[in-house]
Amino acid sequence: MMELWSALPTPVQSVIAITAIILPLLAAVAWYTYAERKVIGYIQVRIGPNRVGWRGLLQPIADALKLLMKEIVLPTKASTGLFLLAPMIAIAPALAAWAVIPFDAGLVLADINAGLLYVLALTSLGVYGVIIAGWASNSKYAFLGAMRAAAQIVAYEIAMGFALVGVLVAAGSLNLSAIVEAQSGSVLTWFWLPLLPLFGVYYISGVAETNRAPFDVAEGESEIVAGFHVDYSGMAFAIFFLAEYANMILIAMLTALLFFGGWLSPFQGLPVLEETFAWVPGIIWLLLKTFFFMFVFLWLRATFPRYRYDQIMRLGWKVFIPITIAWILVVALAVILEVPPWWSAPA
Amino acid sequence: MGFEKFLFYIFAAITVFAAGMVVTRRNPVHSVLYLVLAFVSSAALWILIEAEFLGIVLVLVYVGAVMVLFLFVVMMLDIDIASIRAQFIRNLPLGLFVAGVMVLNMLLILGPSNFGLEQFAKPDPRPAGYSNTAELGLDLYTTYLYQFEIAAVILLVAIIAAIRLTLRRRPETKYQDPSQQVRVRKGPSRVRLISMPPERTPRPVPVAPAPAATNDNKETAE
Repeated sequence: MMELWSALPTPVQSVIAITAIILPLLAAVAWYTYAERKVIGYIQVRIGPNRVGWRGLLQPIADALKLLMKEIVLPTKASTGLFLLAPMIAIAPALAAWAVIPFDAGLVLADINAGLLYVLALTSLGVYGVIIAGWASNSKYAFLGAMRAAAQIVAYEIAMGFALVGVLVAAGSLNLSAIVEAQSGSVLTWFWLPLLPLFGVYYISGVAETNRAPFDVAEGESEIVAGFHVDYSGMAFAIFFLAEYANMILIAMLTALLFFGGWLSPFQGLPVLEETFAWVPGIIWLLLKTFFFMFVFLWLRATFPRYRYDQIMRLGWKVFIPITIAWILVVALAVILEVPPWWSAPA
Repeated sequence: MGFEKFLFYIFAAITVFAAGMVVTRRNPVHSVLYLVLAFVSSAALWILIEAEFLGIVLVLVYVGAVMVLFLFVVMMLDIDIASIRAQFIRNLPLGLFVAGVMVLNMLLILGPSNFGLEQFAKPDPRPAGYSNTAELGLDLYTTYLYQFEIAAVILLVAIIAAIRLTLRRRPETKYQDPSQQVRVRKGPSRVRLISMPPERTPRPVPVAPAPAATNDNKETAE
């Protein structure tokens, strides 16, 4: 099997590997929308979709078919080229960022040195889809949504970047696999404990970056109808949806990788449990952790009301950025002083 | 090597094309978007010469942050294109003169005698595990520490100056003090409970309607 794999030319290998990442990702996006409706339904003491397929499991397929058959409306006064380009600009970085995500030790499409920077750069490009969509629609509501999204994403990106600086100081590397390896030991050596404030800031900024509730002022259906995608219909709208959910899954997986030990087993270092669960492949642990953070996205949406706009700005600029700067100093000192058990010199 | 060269020409062509569009587009938003394209394709060019850190940082800082703000501002501007075009012919000689001097300067400096291939030996490709991020960091924080710190201080001064210039005290604006809002607790600061003994009120006398008044109102309404 391995011989057959290595006999293939590199471009063919890449295409197969990309397909092996993208197809499960798109499936995950489809059933994540189903999970969202179900989870929020149960939180609000409803049942959620239960008509299509067993317990409504085929609902995403029905939704996709419906969206495919709808007409894509082009507003007369819209800037047509940019209007059609915007969904593509939204989806491309959301998918491209997955190139450097390691799913298990060595199981990564592109094991580049600056992996963390690459992810940060690509997640920062997602905002262009929103801004261009808002501007090209030539509608007041869409434009307001785009403006809100731009200001919010720029604010939270800084906090997010600083939180990641803390991670790279702690791990001493920008390579995502190396960051996971640096956390090995036990649950307590994962970075969530020494970097607890940064973990909080990162995850909340991630929720804000993806324009999810309670930070969804860019959509704000009660005030600006649907924000930047108010003029989109059919598949063009669905692509924005896809990009948003792919980004949510990406943020959840990055949180698991950077702060919760990625594919490392949570029973590492415990005498009996470690051997009992040694047969579980690492990717299962990673997916379980990712599913948890994906669930938290939905939990937050069902629990909190939308933030007011000035409070969002205050939280980003005046609360998160000072916290991250202070904690970077703490982490840097801890690394220099070799505080055990995280940064003790290798024996 | 052939494929890399092919990629280089593709990205170089995109960069030059995008840069040309930046200055020729009438719509400023389109110009900014072409500038973004120029940045992205130059980042690709940098990655081709193994400067992957610089390439990614170019995308992260310029495309991801600076150009977003730029776009934000340009979209809000109300630019009167007609008045700009009206002065085009009048300023054309001056523009041509400045452009001519610049082209002359560049021809004198950027010629093959200074930047030709024989002036720069082709650097050896680095091994796969080489991290130029670490090398760059070491250089910045050891050899070029003072320059780095001075640049940082200059940026800080610029930030403070910009904030000072745009900060206007406007006493008539109403705003909320979040620290006061957060400090609110249940209890006397928010709700005051007053217990009142029930009072005996005399039976209300039914008020007789005043038909004259309503008639008056109707008449004025008509």
